[in-house]
Amino acid sequence: MSLRAAQSIPVVIGVVIISFLLTRALPGDPAVYFAGAAADEASIAEIRIALGLDKPVIQQFFIYVGDLLQGDMGQSISSGQPVASDLANRLPASLELTLVALILSCGISIPLGILAATRPGTWVDHLCRVLVTAGVSLPTFFTGIVLIYLFYYLLGIAPSPIGHLDFISLDPDHITGFYLIDAALIGDWETWLGAAKQLILPAITLALFTLAPIARMTRAAMLTALSSDFIRTARAAGLSNRKVLYVYAFRNALLPVITTLGMVFSFALGANVLVEKVFAWPGIGSYAVEALVVSDYAAVQGFVLAMALMFVALNLVIDLLYTVVDPRIGFVAK
Amino acid sequence: MADKTSRRNFMKMGMAGASVLPFLRAMPALAQGSDTLVVVTGQSINSLDLHRTGTNRPSYQVAVNCYDRLVSFGTKEVPGGGLSYDYDTIVPELAESWSMSDDGLVLTFKIKSKATFWDGAKVTAKDVKWSFDRAVSVGGFPSVQMRAGGFIRPDQFAAIDDETFQITLDKPSKLSIPDLAVPVPFVINSAVAKANATEDDPWAMEYLHKNPAGSGAFKVLRWTPGEQLVYERNDNWVGGPLPAVQRVVLREVPSPATRRALIERGDVQMSFGIPDKDAAELAELEDVTVYSTPIENCIHCLCTNTKFVPFQDADVRKAVAYAVPYEEIFQAAAFGRGAPLWGGEAEIKDTAWPRKTQYSTNLELAQKHMAKSAYPDGFDVPLSINLGLASWMEPTALLIQQSLAKIGINATIEKIPGANWRTAALVEKRLALHLENFGGWLNTPDYYFFWAYQEGNLFNSSNYRNDEVEELVNATLHMSVDDPSYAPNIMRMMEIVLEDLPRIPLYQPALNVATNGADDYEFWFHRQLDARPLAAS
Repeated sequence: MSLRAAQSIPVVIGVVIISFLLTRALPGDPAVYFAGAAADEASIAEIRIALGLDKPVIQQFFIYVGDLLQGDMGQSISSGQPVASDLANRLPASLELTLVALILSCGISIPLGILAATRPGTWVDHLCRVLVTAGVSLPTFFTGIVLIYLFYYLLGIAPSPIGHLDFISLDPDHITGFYLIDAALIGDWETWLGAAKQLILPAITLALFTLAPIARMTRAAMLTALSSDFIRTARAAGLSNRKVLYVYAFRNALLPVITTLGMVFSFALGANVLVEKVFAWPGIGSYAVEALVVSDYAAVQGFVLAMALMFVALNLVIDLLYTVVDPRIGFVAK
Repeated sequence: MADKTSRRNFMKMGMAGASVLPFLRAMPALAQGSDTLVVVTGQSINSLDLHRTGTNRPSYQVAVNCYDRLVSFGTKEVPGGGLSYDYDTIVPELAESWSMSDDGLVLTFKIKSKATFWDGAKVTAKDVKWSFDRAVSVGGFPSVQMRAGGFIRPDQFAAIDDETFQITLDKPSKLSIPDLAVPVPFVINSAVAKANATEDDPWAMEYLHKNPAGSGAFKVLRWTPGEQLVYERNDNWVGGPLPAVQRVVLREVPSPATRRALIERGDVQMSFGIPDKDAAELAELEDVTVYSTPIENCIHCLCTNTKFVPFQDADVRKAVAYAVPYEEIFQAAAFGRGAPLWGGEAEIKDTAWPRKTQYSTNLELAQKHMAKSAYPDGFDVPLSINLGLASWMEPTALLIQQSLAKIGINATIEKIPGANWRTAALVEKRLALHLENFGGWLNTPDYYFFWAYQEGNLFNSSNYRNDEVEELVNATLHMSVDDPSYAPNIMRMMEIVLEDLPRIPLYQPALNVATNGADDYEFWFHRQLDARPLAAS
């Protein structure tokens, strides 16, 4: 277990170096950009010094690493805030959206996949295929705008798509940064409802996009499991259909599904950007894109680092989940 | 190493994780009242202090709404409907009255005796001096803008007594007083700022970045970067008529489609800075009012760089000017919002600027000029655009490319990322043919000419130099507009540059604002929201 965690250290070091070098390779000069259009040479030079960009790159790198070791990720110039606080505010918003979308997506796609696998070639299977193809082929910003148009603009049943909360509700106290959890923790159900309402449309948008891989993988894994020897044995032994399906087949099919889930989660976090823009969601994707456009080094590095750490953690969690799902897998066994 | 991960261990780990959740400070509460206006914008405010390094343009509105200057501009009706600031009228804000010495070098301001900061402290001349010292000392954009008015060094400012403030200029200039009404020279509560200054940070940049300390019409009730800014009225404001609404909520909504849905539904009262296309379409709706104010002293131009040899030929430049499809560009890139700048009289009889040029689309004339030039068979040229401004530059460039092909000029479109644009276009001035959008805050033609037509100056991206224009700009820049030689000089300048065509004016762009339930929107040259005159309807 700790060995497994230790293996991720070189990954993180690599990410720190690469993200630093890549941001330096971005086109454009942040000092010039942030000095504003009317600035003269002297004021650009002043800003270059203030940003520490007058020093050699190697020295900048060591300053960056030194700060990082003390937990200081630097100051984002474009948002004007410390990168750490930006991430602390925005990462939970993105995670909340992605997690809710994934739960929603799993709730639909896994049963759908199972149904499709047990009745291959029937209308359920075709429905699954149509839904999945539609979900993956519609770009998220398009689905988002269509949903806003239908449910907010035409029908008026969805709340204003203006981010985490509408104008009326108060932000819950910042405990985890996840509005649903925070509101529940302090027992403010009105805010909880407000936050949940805001979450529905963007979550559906993202869920539609992530349906496909999960449903397809569930179907394929279930088909493989159902055609394997131990299922035939189980059926021959006279076990009930339900028991065969859920205890033996599904349990075995879950492993590839979890792997896919991990991958889907990571790309959903990236695919968030467009959903965040459309729903004015204050998430991490739009933050990174804006920082990238203006060569805001500290913010881009912070974002890459945070994502890398998260994926390391995610992989760890998935590995751990394997051991839960399948007791045959262990880390020390070898 | 205890390492067998079992289901039981896994559960334990989950529990441990849940107990180390970070506990952060609580946010202040906010509820929407009946006299609240909600404004949406696609831009993000990144600082509450305009003087700070890296403060972006949208943040300038905080200086306007939360701080006072000594003076401000008046209000006038725009011919097309709506209100605008009035460059020709200077009105008091913190100053009750002011006077100028006979030689025009000493400006003396009397500060309103009732003026107080939000914390109740009286606004004194010392605060003004400290704030002005800060603006000229911090460098960057604020100091550049101060210099435009002739404010260069702290020793030019003096607090004579609590209510009397004096500025000594090096030379008299008509730009000085208007430059005091731009957002930059705002007055800060110096006692609060000094209390939060440190040795490394004598101007309290870190503190004022997040905690404004002013005397302005609105206080910042709450700021969540990237999400919203909430203004709350300062009931003790003496800088002008008290705002009609108690609160203005400014929400950031990046997607224009979402902003449009919000304003059409009437869930927000104003959408600030909407795209030209939405402006044209929203204007058709009954509930929504669209204000498209042509931006004063701002021109979208096609620039012909004199460093590029073919453009040194006057006939080539004229051929290009006659080949440009003006009307199509105005419709495709600006959706008809703004003001056309082509098809005017050749003879210049007034000092209006931007003005219609004597050129219009005429391919026959264009071909004649090409035939007369040293390049009758045409040539290849890159046409550069700024990707950050692609919404108007891209359609414009495509239309120009098509038209130039008809007169034998083969233009290839070169897209330059926003972060590189300034260096390529304005500093190195190396783009042969490109689009440009300079607009001057101070609304006199000579100010535009200074930046855009004088050799070496930043927005002269065509490397233009004309000895007579150099002299005329130097002569008129600080000259009073009442001077008898002012108008003839200006008209001469316009005549020369419209003949020489280092910049071919295309159209005057507009700032578009849609309202649905808000009245009295006023356009300002800084192109940001002035929340002070707004009222709910």
